Amino acid sequence: MVSVVYEAPDTIEGAVTLLAGSDIPANVLAGGTDLIIQTRASRDAERLLVDVKKIPGMSDANLVDGALELGPSMSCAEFTARENIRAVYPGLVEAASLIGSTQVQGRASVGGNLCNSSPAADTIPALIVNSAECVIVGPGGERTVAVEDFVTGVGANCMEKGELLKLIRVPAPEANTQDAYLRFIPRTEMDIAVAGAGVSITLDDKGNCTAAKVAIGAVAPTAILVPAAAEALIGTDLNDDVLQVAADAATEASSPITDRRGTIEFRRHVVGVLVKRAIKIAADRVKGVRT
Amino acid sequence: MTKTHVTTTINGDVTEFLCEPGDTLLDVLRNELQLMGTKEGCSSGDCGACSVTVNDRLVCSCLVLGVEAEGAEIGTIEGIADNDKLHVLQEKFLEHAALQCGICTPGLIVSAKALLDENPSPTEDETRYWLAGNLCRCTGYDKVIRAVLDAAETMREGA
Repeated sequence: MVSVVYEAPDTIEGAVTLLAGSDIPANVLAGGTDLIIQTRASRDAERLLVDVKKIPGMSDANLVDGALELGPSMSCAEFTARENIRAVYPGLVEAASLIGSTQVQGRASVGGNLCNSSPAADTIPALIVNSAECVIVGPGGERTVAVEDFVTGVGANCMEKGELLKLIRVPAPEANTQDAYLRFIPRTEMDIAVAGAGVSITLDDKGNCTAAKVAIGAVAPTAILVPAAAEALIGTDLNDDVLQVAADAATEASSPITDRRGTIEFRRHVVGVLVKRAIKIAADRVKGVRT
Repeated sequence: MTKTHVTTTINGDVTEFLCEPGDTLLDVLRNELQLMGTKEGCSSGDCGACSVTVNDRLVCSCLVLGVEAEGAEIGTIEGIADNDKLHVLQEKFLEHAALQCGICTPGLIVSAKALLDENPSPTEDETRYWLAGNLCRCTGYDKVIRAVLDAAETMREGA
């Protein structure tokens, strides 16, 4: 049985001091839906859990000049209830709403989903297509890392010892831009993505695509941007032939594994289908024909 | 390891307990406070048998540390009935035979009450999605859903 040391500092500096100074393995505790299970299964003799939820701002979300400043430990239940945020980033909110059950939503956070760094994390493709950034603070000061550079491998990220994710910053979308996120699971609820696709689409007033981002999840060691898919869309009216090119680009960029929930062949195919469908949803949102 | 002293509110009563920092809220409820209504199923947040509310938010108590209860308001199955008078949800579960072995029932009732507190008129779909985190291996869920929808209707009429 691992012996837990629990601290709940009320400042960022206090948390960084605890994390940086710990001589036993240390983790940041937000919702704990992954961490508490991992801690219980751990072979460590001791572990320090630094609960950051008592630090002001860590569980807040604000729209500042149209940009989202998201406290990493805000629960998904609170985040997805914010209609003003859903109105700006429906795809990101959709992704957050897919994580786990109602009970898990009550604790799990977008920051936790990011820091757990699972290849199948639903919010990561949605954050990437919204050009989100991580503000990380540590003993050496503060740095900002794009979400697409944050995760470095399966369950691994760029955070160094003593560092803490302080804020997720999502820039205000350009005019006539909308996002969407879709995932495939074999059941209707309570499952982990077999493949996922996030897109952001900008249209001009004639319905032609002027900017796009496509990111795919659960089909590579990390969620990845697919620039070739986005390039195929820009300058087109998003007709079916173009969507197929984008889908093929996503399939080509993927490098999935076979496991009990899906084979390599299935994941490569499905990720393309999800890309096509997500593009249509985002474009319909720009045109105002769906929310 | 020294135990931590925690002051919390459970079903409206100020409650104090001592726990190890690694103990879950579920451990504390069952082992320290003898509140045995909250059940342990999977202990990994998948089955919902240990559902409670923390500050009115539905959670799995196996995924909350006991020390995190400091200053919080906890709601458990023991706080659902009004002394000897069953809650409408409890009556409807009996009426619709929405339980067999009963292990999932406290979690289902706590979850269903959280749903009806937030949405007094849920659709069948909304109810099924909300309760998807409460696994039941006996009933096949249909009776549970009927009981919750019937309770919702009764509560709306009584409101």
